[in-house]
Amino acid sequence: MTDREHYEAVVVGCGPGGAAAAASLAENDVETLVLERGVEAGSKNVSGGLLYAEESSSYTIDDLFPGFREEASEREITEYQMHNVSGSQVKSFDITELHEHDTEWSDSVLRRKMDSWLEQRVHEMTVETGGGVLTDVRVDGLLWEDDEVVGVSCAELDPIEADMIVAADGVNSELAREAGMMDWEEPEEWFHGVKAVVDLPDEGVEERFHLPPGEGAAHLFAGDLFEGVRGGGFLYTNEDSLSIGTVFHLDSVVEQQVEVHELLDSLITHPVVGEWIPDEYTELEYAAKLTPDSKKVAHPSPGQGRLALVGDAAGQMQAQGPVIKGMNHAVTAGALAGDAFVEAEEKGMDPGKAYVKQLSGEGIFRKLRPRRYKVARALGENGPMTALTDGLLTSFVGRWFMRRGFMKRLTGWAMSSPWMASMMPDTRTPYVTLPTVVAEEMGEEVDSENDVEPKSLLDRIGDLKYDTDVGNPHINVLDDSWEASGAAVMACPVSARDFGGGCYREEKVKAGDVTERTVSLDTQPCIECGTCAVVADTEWRHPNGGKGVEFKEG
Amino acid sequence: MHYVVLTKGVPDFREGQVEFDDDGHLKRGATPTVMNPNDHFACRAALQMKVKHDGKVSIMGMGPPDFSKILYEGMERFYADELYLLSDKAFAAADTWATSITLATGLKKLDPEPDIVFAGFKTADGETGHTGPQTDWCIEWPIITHVINMTYEEDDEVIRAKRLVEGDPDEIETVECSTPAVVVTDPEFETSYRKASHRLRRKKLREETQERAENHEEYTTQWGHEELNLDPDYVGLDGSPTIVSGVDPIPKPPSERDATMVTPDDEDGMQEVVEELVPYGGGA
Ligand SMILES: Cc1cc2nc3c(=O)[nH]c(=O)nc-3n(C[C@H](O)[C@H](O)[C@H](O)COP(=O)(O)OP(=O)(O)OC[C@H]3O[C@@H](n4cnc5c(N)ncnc54)[C@H](O)[C@@H]3O)c2cc1C
Ligand code: SF4
Repeated sequence: MTDREHYEAVVVGCGPGGAAAAASLAENDVETLVLERGVEAGSKNVSGGLLYAEESSSYTIDDLFPGFREEASEREITEYQMHNVSGSQVKSFDITELHEHDTEWSDSVLRRKMDSWLEQRVHEMTVETGGGVLTDVRVDGLLWEDDEVVGVSCAELDPIEADMIVAADGVNSELAREAGMMDWEEPEEWFHGVKAVVDLPDEGVEERFHLPPGEGAAHLFAGDLFEGVRGGGFLYTNEDSLSIGTVFHLDSVVEQQVEVHELLDSLITHPVVGEWIPDEYTELEYAAKLTPDSKKVAHPSPGQGRLALVGDAAGQMQAQGPVIKGMNHAVTAGALAGDAFVEAEEKGMDPGKAYVKQLSGEGIFRKLRPRRYKVARALGENGPMTALTDGLLTSFVGRWFMRRGFMKRLTGWAMSSPWMASMMPDTRTPYVTLPTVVAEEMGEEVDSENDVEPKSLLDRIGDLKYDTDVGNPHINVLDDSWEASGAAVMACPVSARDFGGGCYREEKVKAGDVTERTVSLDTQPCIECGTCAVVADTEWRHPNGGKGVEFKEG
Repeated sequence: MHYVVLTKGVPDFREGQVEFDDDGHLKRGATPTVMNPNDHFACRAALQMKVKHDGKVSIMGMGPPDFSKILYEGMERFYADELYLLSDKAFAAADTWATSITLATGLKKLDPEPDIVFAGFKTADGETGHTGPQTDWCIEWPIITHVINMTYEEDDEVIRAKRLVEGDPDEIETVECSTPAVVVTDPEFETSYRKASHRLRRKKLREETQERAENHEEYTTQWGHEELNLDPDYVGLDGSPTIVSGVDPIPKPPSERDATMVTPDDEDGMQEVVEELVPYGGGA
């Protein structure tokens, strides 16, 4: 025995995954300490976000936290539409069927409000076990003994031992990386999400979206409005604001060398959203974050010894076509981690192993890495196949077919089919080419005006709240050559090529006759999205507890 | 363990709060009164003791009845349990000596008697730094001044403190003393909560304090010279040997300066400006 502090369970992170794990552990009378790096849970978190309660899941958030929907979420989403866009031509499909597949309910959420509510409930529950929630604490590593993880080390606290460590520390989990279970190497394993929360003053959401009281709508966008980048846009209704954003494959962002804030602006200023976005445009917050693509990166065995990876930390974020399901999987996995503790004690096994068993029993892995996608990937995710399908669609024949009445029905069916969604290959065809051709051949001109002036990057950064850890930058560029780290200048959501006020800047260093292209970094405006950990050569960590950006909406 | 913090209300000297009249005198009525900023360190030190070693924290101050709000500020921000206001017309206009006698008498009346008394370094209005040490002189306990951090050994009942020698940040010594004792915190004082259990306890104290702070009157005790059994001749103005011979008003900055207006389009004018500025920039 050491004289270190010991808790039966330590949960790192108080997002939906950590909150669910802690609630389930507390429910099972396990002494639980939750460590969250933000000043308050939610202050670091961003999602689109529609939170699903799946019929097939054994745990949903309102099971674990009674009163959740009344107090912590925004609106129940009852209308779900997909808009295929080419120029100002739009073809919309009602895909509520896809949205309702395996869905008990789905609410829009804003993360600061939601997570801080969860934090309070979790604290009340875990205090009863002898633990509680501590904010402003960053876990900076795992505590090892004889090659086994026995606890955590923290920037702000002395090391803590635990019988179970739940790493629910989200995307770019430093713990998962230290355990050797995840890495941050491949851009194709991540989605890049950027989002603005827009105020809807005076006018009710219901009025603008023609919705019954209390209900909400989700609109999704794909086609030619994002410079060919694979991904799409979303617009969700909150209680009295809108969440508008984009989610792209990170490798595509890098390949196309686009500036992600400009793509968000393309959506905000497009006529397709003109009827919903108020002309008096008040952007409450700009935010961004990476999120994993479970199809490629969900860890097949996310528990080892005393350690269990939950939620984004384990890559458990599922994009099922346009439906994004990360929070709900984090909740289910977190709750199962709590059950695993009990099973492990009863059976004398490692909690990590018990956790993997619980996940398998629940069928989580099948959802996160659908077999159908594996087939689609093998067959469809290659250059020649993409060229063929793109060529076919854009050809005279393809377009002729598109104009047939039965194709409209077929396309509508395909877009709202969960089966099709789960086997959608990750290529240009479904994200860009097909929606563009659909809009051109089946769509109509949108008649809405959109005179919105989006905020400049400078104002977006200026309106965010930061507590800078002066003299202690959390990111260091290891290789500042353009080849190694230049991608960050465009992909960083608070940087741009001709903008000096962001994180990454292009520098031209002249040595004799040779001009070298390098990058420089100032972490002050960083919004901790995690992108440059993957696309640049950096030594990357989260800022210490309570430091860095503080989101108010999320 | 009983920890007592001595505090004083002072004008809020932060920018935008303080007001002066035309003669440069402080407009006391228009300037809000707040807890002496240096006393925050003393409060933090007391709270740290309570978090790590249990016990209760009392805050004691001398002043007019409305100083109770300063004590209340201490309860709200530093989770104090009890508040003691030594208030009486007879205590008015006391210098540091009469204040120290009054505070020392208050401390002796507390039940249980304090184990550690904390005081801040210097008040923002008086700047003497006398009150803590003089109060200690009256009660004849060991004292450690300029404390920048401290621990307490429960078994030996010993305080171990790091202090700045002569207030010099480059010279730090570690000292020990038994309790009861007086600790004067330096503005460099730092608390340290490196254990999760301590942070959880601090959080619990905060939650408990919210309820208490709503009914803070119930936790406030006011004592005058009668309750303290103090002769009015030895306290307040009558008991103060200090004679204020005069007060210099704060000089006002000159309100008129010579200015030459130059518009940016006036090339010659701008040239002159540059020539004027060059020497200040260290240029030729
Ligand atoms: C733009 C965008 C749109 C999205 N849309 C949706 C959607 O519509 N629906 C959906 O279900 N999902 C959506 N997601 C994904 C979803 O946000 C995540 O899958 C989900 O938040 C994962 O939950 P989590 O608990 O695993 O991690 P998080 O919610 O990220 O929580 C991790 C927590 O850990 C804390 N933390 C991190 N490191 C440390 C540390 N070292 N020490 C202490 N604390 C730490 C963080 O501060 C945070 O509170 C979207 C994501 C993005 C970026
Ligand atoms: S510096 Fe890196 S982590 Fe920070 S906002 Fe830019 S890309 Fe994201």
